[in-house]
Amino acid sequence: MAETTLANVLDVLKAESNEILTDWIEQAGEDGAKRSDLFSEREERDQAKSLLNAFRKGVKDGLKDGDFDLADDHWSDLRGVLSEITHERVERGVRPEEMAALILALKSPIIERIKERLADNPDQLVQEILLLSQAIDRFAVYTSEVFIAEREAVIERQREEMMELSTPVVELWDKVLTLPLIGTLDSLRAQEVMESLLEAIVQYQAEVCIIDITGVRTVDTQVAQHLLRTAAAVRLMGAHCIISGISPKIAQTMVQLGVDVGEVSTRSSIRSALTDALTRVGVAILPVEKVERTDK
Amino acid sequence: MKSAAIYPVEGVLLVSIQDDITDTDILDLQDELSTKISEMDAEGVVIDISALDIVDTFVGRVLAQLTAIARLLDAETFVVGMRPAVAMTLVELGMYLPENRTALNLTHALSKMRDTASE
Repeated sequence: MAETTLANVLDVLKAESNEILTDWIEQAGEDGAKRSDLFSEREERDQAKSLLNAFRKGVKDGLKDGDFDLADDHWSDLRGVLSEITHERVERGVRPEEMAALILALKSPIIERIKERLADNPDQLVQEILLLSQAIDRFAVYTSEVFIAEREAVIERQREEMMELSTPVVELWDKVLTLPLIGTLDSLRAQEVMESLLEAIVQYQAEVCIIDITGVRTVDTQVAQHLLRTAAAVRLMGAHCIISGISPKIAQTMVQLGVDVGEVSTRSSIRSALTDALTRVGVAILPVEKVERTDK
Repeated sequence: MKSAAIYPVEGVLLVSIQDDITDTDILDLQDELSTKISEMDAEGVVIDISALDIVDTFVGRVLAQLTAIARLLDAETFVVGMRPAVAMTLVELGMYLPENRTALNLTHALSKMRDTASE
């Protein structure tokens, strides 16, 4: 067998796996990686055991030539177990550094044991420790990667949900659509807004669209540009666009920024925008008595 | 089959553009349309681009040119049936087609045209 393989580590893992397991969990406890509030002793031990088994299997097949690459097929079991455990721990609120500490705590029980065995062969000892540390460090990094990937998936999902929530196109009347905008308008959202509005125009065969920006916190040149582009696209589709909810403050800012709205209609309130829109489609809102009188 | 056809309807020329239209077809269309407008003394032109999935700057420019030609020959031009993706692309390219009048579909274009005529 080549000198760089972890023969002794493997022996130790085989012969004293239970003792290592106990020491490991103890060590993890000392390092503050144990969360007895989240996991029972038993669960903790089961998880550690399956990790250790997968690790042993990986060492047996994967470290033959002394090269270590976690992406190898030999390590697929270990990768599976690692991501499973990380997943489970993240779900219960374990922090990533605790997860890493747990993995790193495996070093000392193993090193202790091979130190005894290789007391008379320091070269081999150093080599095995080096390789072992390298492997275990890599596992710790891997758990962090899994952890980050999970977090990112959550963020992505929330972003998508927010995006859907933030672009509701409502049919206010026959051929009249309204789109109340709330919050901040960045390029990505502006694109989404434009897309859903144009789709809705086709769907409802709308003639007038009111974009209400009462809920938009600030209007800078960027936002104004997005609004005007949306209005231009609406016009190209053959509908008319009204931007409503321009507060006195926003009007001042827009003029100061030199934003030219061109032909786009603007209204101060959604109320006046609605009146205008209804007139365009040939409808009016009248007091009830007036309507009754015309009926007679 | 030609990928663009011109039909005379009630004093209006309806131009239907298919999605497989080529640049040469567009130039031919420009030629044919201007001849027909002056022959028929048409009061309006409606360009239906609902079959167009994609546009580039060339198509955008030709639309603007067709409109300008029609205006010189005293006819009003409507572009109808633009798809959302096409509208977004044109805006993205900065082609706002300010000279064109637009409508959702042929019916809207005709009624808008009548409104203007009766004013």
